[in-house]
Amino acid sequence: MTLLALARHQSARVVQVDDRKPNDPVSRRLRELGFVPGETVSVVATGPVGADPVLVQVGYTRFALRRQEAGRVQVEPA
Amino acid sequence: MSAATLQVALVGNPNSGKTALFNRLTGSRQKVANYAGVTVERKEGRFTDASGRTVRVLDLPGAYSLAATSPDEAITRDVCLGRMRGESQPDVLLCVVDATNLRLHLRFVLEVRQLGLPMVLALNCADLAEKRGIHIDHAKLEAALGLPVVRTVAVQTGGAQALVQRLSGTLPPVPKALPEGSDLHAAVNTILDTSVTMPRRTAAVDDTLDRVLLHPVWGLTILAVVMFLIFQAVFSWATPFMDGIETLTGAVGELITQVLPQGLLQSLLVDGIVAGLGGVVVFLPQILILFLFILVLEESGYLPRAAFLLDRFMVGAGLTGRSFIPLLSSFACAIPGVMATRTIQDPRDRLATILVAPLMTCSARLPIYALLIGAFIPQQTVAGLFNLQGVVLFVLYVAGIVSALAVATVMKWWRARRAGADAPEHSLLLELPSYRLPSLYGLALGLWERASIFVKRVGGVILALTVILWVLATFPAPPVGALGPAIDYSFAGRIGHFMEPFFAPIGFNWQICIALIPGLAAREVAVGALATVYAISAETEEGVTEVLANAIGAQWGLPTALALLAWYVFAPQCLATLATIRREASSRVMWFATAYLFGLAYLAAFITYQLASL
Repeated sequence: MTLLALARHQSARVVQVDDRKPNDPVSRRLRELGFVPGETVSVVATGPVGADPVLVQVGYTRFALRRQEAGRVQVEPA
Repeated sequence: MSAATLQVALVGNPNSGKTALFNRLTGSRQKVANYAGVTVERKEGRFTDASGRTVRVLDLPGAYSLAATSPDEAITRDVCLGRMRGESQPDVLLCVVDATNLRLHLRFVLEVRQLGLPMVLALNCADLAEKRGIHIDHAKLEAALGLPVVRTVAVQTGGAQALVQRLSGTLPPVPKALPEGSDLHAAVNTILDTSVTMPRRTAAVDDTLDRVLLHPVWGLTILAVVMFLIFQAVFSWATPFMDGIETLTGAVGELITQVLPQGLLQSLLVDGIVAGLGGVVVFLPQILILFLFILVLEESGYLPRAAFLLDRFMVGAGLTGRSFIPLLSSFACAIPGVMATRTIQDPRDRLATILVAPLMTCSARLPIYALLIGAFIPQQTVAGLFNLQGVVLFVLYVAGIVSALAVATVMKWWRARRAGADAPEHSLLLELPSYRLPSLYGLALGLWERASIFVKRVGGVILALTVILWVLATFPAPPVGALGPAIDYSFAGRIGHFMEPFFAPIGFNWQICIALIPGLAAREVAVGALATVYAISAETEEGVTEVLANAIGAQWGLPTALALLAWYVFAPQCLATLATIRREASSRVMWFATAYLFGLAYLAAFITYQLASL
């Protein structure tokens, strides 16, 4: 499952970040921001229209990701 | 490197308090410019250390990684690597981290440590970390990183004192790098495990505030109130100051008129230089008020939240959540609006916002709208409820907004088509930092910086253009005994007559064509210029507009008036805006904006005129 399937405030662990194309710069940046295997993440809020963007807590930091970005992050419930 | 100066570069993640620390270190001894060839802001300052040596500090753009994904990050990478044209490689890197966000920030520190330059770590926001019960073992952290670590509180007077002390001493040795290809995240976790204890991952106050401020209903309601307040402030709080500046400009002109004999010099001073200077200063109240709000919103951490709430609305039109505030303030004036696009990080989104900002109906269009609507649109009630004049004004505002959305959508489509399948994705990846109380010191410096950039970089251009327009409208003087208005004989008059055939298809007569030329200085000037062409002498302002409305009401047809209204929805009849676009983007962008806006204006006026003439 991906971040998009998580309920709000449900704790999960990152499995991996998928590349949508070879050397995907968005995926690389997601990894740099802390979306690395084993890291605990949770969705803390969603945007008012179409639940887009998604606000994700990773490490000590919160990042707003558009759905196409959040859909790259594979997770498993913790 | 000269022996007498030390070259320091500040590097760190966005939201690490890097710029606040820079302000604390260098105070007002700062120079703001752009890096050579790009529109990324370059901030350099200096201070004198304990030994009397000059330390030059470069505040590099915030970056998450040296694998750059934006022009800002590319600058940071290139300067650190000593690859940036015109910049010497720094003697020492001052890495700034937020003590409450170490997991993210230390990863970048480790990446920078691989570069093999002497480094000092500034452990910023140390006070907040203590308040949140985060315990950092200073000695262990220094040992684990192999770097000198200095505690700083950038928002406090004297909060960077220890840092100045440390930089005054000998340079630290080059830190030991990890083997190539090491897992930096794992390395950070090891360091954190040994030297930091943290009771909880987030600040309780952030959780509470975000629950309300990001709520789909409450969040949007609060945002609407904040936006309304900003709009009100820029629109109406600035008015008394702007009126004051205009009165003062008038008084100075009056004084010169009395002191100097009538003639060219008097006219140049009054209509060229004083009017030009007044035309520069008059924008300052709006710029300062808007930036006061933007700085408070940005420093407090609310601005990225607003972008989060609005992103979905703006993405459809090829913009971003961050475009909203610049576009909203463009309703008051496009100049502060274009300057406010600095808060948009993605250069393509920023460009799109700059290009559509002039389509928002600014307050300077109101005098000309009011004149034409008053003269041509009957004061009658439609649908038993609405005033027809009000309806027309509303339609003009909506036309601006709709065309801005259309232009942004076309640009998005065109960009996607040109780039094809390898189009780089527009990503958001926006950090929502902890809420902070803005510091007065930071606000004051920020406002001072914006005001001086505007006066220095844009003011000179506006002044020069005002003088050029004065020359065009003044020379050559009318022959002795001439009957028509003087402007008819000038260069501007000749250009106006020359333009007439081109503007005949959109219904503009030669009087309008002439008025468009001095009207380039600013839209509201067109009213005065029309009065000049129709030789209506100024007694009282209300009087002129009324007499002028009667004159054009008798001489123009309704199609001409409607075409002129349509023209003003689009035409970039404001050199100050164009000068600001040139400063904030580039000459190319400015010419493109000029061409496409005039093109749209001509097209809209043509369609309006032809339809209304049927």
